[in-house]
Amino acid sequence: MAELKLMKGNEAIAEAAIRAGVDAYFGYPITPQSEVIEYLMSEQPEHRTGMVVLQAESEVAAINMVYGAAGTGKKVMTSSSSPGISLKQEGISYLAGAELPAVILNVVRGGPGLGTIQPSQADYFQSVKGGGHGDYRLYVLAPASVQEMADFVDDAFEMAFKYKTPVLILSDGLIGQMMEKVLLKDQKARLTDKELQERHGDWATFGRVGGRERNIITSLDLQSEKMENRVHRLMAKYKRMEEEDLRFEKIKCDDADYLIVAYGSSARIAQKTVDLARAKGHKVGLLRPITLFPYPKKELMEMTKQVKGILSVELNMGQMVEDIRLAVEHKVPVEHFGRTGGIIHTPEEILKALEEKIIKG
Amino acid sequence: MDIKDIIKPENQVYKKTDLMTENALSYCPGCGHGTAHRLTMEVVEELGIKEDTIGVAPVGCSVLAYDFMNVDMQQAAHGRAPALATGISRTWPDKYVFTYQGDGDLAAIGTAETIHACNRGENIVIIFINNGIYGMTGGQMAPTTLPGMRSSTSPYGRDVRSMGSPIKITELISNLPGVYFVSRQAVHTPKHVRKAKKAIKQAFENVKLKKGLSFVEIVSNCNSGWKMTPNDANKWLEENMLDFYQLGDIKIDGQLVQK
Ligand SMILES: Cc1ncc(C[n+]2csc(CCOP(=O)(O)OP(=O)(O)O)c2C)c(N)n1
Ligand code: SF4
Repeated sequence: MAELKLMKGNEAIAEAAIRAGVDAYFGYPITPQSEVIEYLMSEQPEHRTGMVVLQAESEVAAINMVYGAAGTGKKVMTSSSSPGISLKQEGISYLAGAELPAVILNVVRGGPGLGTIQPSQADYFQSVKGGGHGDYRLYVLAPASVQEMADFVDDAFEMAFKYKTPVLILSDGLIGQMMEKVLLKDQKARLTDKELQERHGDWATFGRVGGRERNIITSLDLQSEKMENRVHRLMAKYKRMEEEDLRFEKIKCDDADYLIVAYGSSARIAQKTVDLARAKGHKVGLLRPITLFPYPKKELMEMTKQVKGILSVELNMGQMVEDIRLAVEHKVPVEHFGRTGGIIHTPEEILKALEEKIIKG
Repeated sequence: MDIKDIIKPENQVYKKTDLMTENALSYCPGCGHGTAHRLTMEVVEELGIKEDTIGVAPVGCSVLAYDFMNVDMQQAAHGRAPALATGISRTWPDKYVFTYQGDGDLAAIGTAETIHACNRGENIVIIFINNGIYGMTGGQMAPTTLPGMRSSTSPYGRDVRSMGSPIKITELISNLPGVYFVSRQAVHTPKHVRKAKKAIKQAFENVKLKKGLSFVEIVSNCNSGWKMTPNDANKWLEENMLDFYQLGDIKIDGQLVQK
């Protein structure tokens, strides 16, 4: 039954996972996302839906448990925060190479190193450029509210199975920890073994049921030609993602002279800046990429016909700004403003930066 | 009799199991991996469980085990096979899930995954091929390399003071309550092959009981890495490896075997 609740982002995504009919979650505790596994353990989803929840000995083990279960056609996810996501990169690269569907949540904290447990967006490069070794990308969704934390579980699995690829939900400590109203969807049934065998029997490794030919899950191609083919196949998927599943939101852009680009919690804060700027007579709009890969490159180029400058607002020292610059090919000035180390920018700070760097008197 | 008569079904005394594919093995002639593969697949065939068996291949010489074993297989990152097997077995609790791993894979880079899968008592089978060396990468020292044994990264012999002593991971994990069955075997003579098969069969039969993890170590050779002929390698194994890695059952029905 659909339900309206007040929840933390981390709890909302955990509850949404149960309701989405996820088969298994494997994770290892780390702040600021430990509520995900704590919530799942306290809910005992094995009694609600039969979902498996297991605390692994490390993030390395957790992502490899995901690989094992995903390789059998199950809907599996894991979650962590920055240092743990670094440890998962080997497994994520293998998932991408072996073309397995899986969902990974990163509730980002400040880094590098052990860094801080406060919110950050400093894992942008790692998330959208691949992250682990090899020629691959992830489909990356960036929630900006507790509602989207919950909603993106379904969306992420849809993409993961559509493209047979790992999907990253790139959140941050602010969205993970804050409480908001969230509308939770009805319970979806998990696939039965039979349904799964029918749907994924041509690739998944659940045993040679009915005496079928064996299936193999691997990312290894010792022959270079075969490996190149595999990578070309991946690249074709990424192109298709851009054509069919690119997502972004435009706020007050119709008459905008200046543009802020921000995702996740930065977008929430920048939305307030748009109002402050407009109260002062500056026509400012906000473009919020919802997918960070694929990225709204064409839309940004379109916007250069209209706006005089772009400010990239991020909780880092300037990462997404590079993608904006690549997208707009120097048609308009593009600047960056961000705080880091776990400090969250205020709408007023952003406005000041916008005036100084873009509007300039 | 010419060859045509010999291969007539009525004259056959031995037939390769259909669960070994027709692909030519990529192993060096004389290597124990091929025998261990065959035994594993014979057991799966004899137990009639191919529809419910999923194997996990390691990184090592047996990385291509999935080319040879005719069951559903996944290829794991180096050392992570027990974690994959955990993911499979937890989501398909009635299936027979096994890993096949070398000593570098299982006892060095994958130590954490090995110990914790054992400790959780995952209902899986681990087949552990201990050849005392890293075969695939060209004969470097393994965690199992014997004291004084030469390898390309211990060219003057393993110096235990700076390189550590060989780890008996099989004894180590046998002490964990989650582990139900542990046996150490070898495949360098027909007698040993028969015993090894018995242990592997026991391990797979245990899966039905859901009482914990079954672990079979196979002390094997690496004639290429050891730089010996296959015969000399088997002799060297008998004379050196088996002293340190003593054969026999170590844990049965969840109880340590008293020696
Ligand atoms: C993360 C990672 N590190 C290192 C390697 C290189 N590597 C491949 S196989 C191997 C050793 C395998 O030795 P073992 O497990 O003993 O198996 P064997 O080849 O002897 O059967 C190493 C170090 C790798 N593939 N991945
Ligand atoms: S290198 Fe050693 S372990 Fe590898 S196939 Fe050759 S003999 Fe066997």
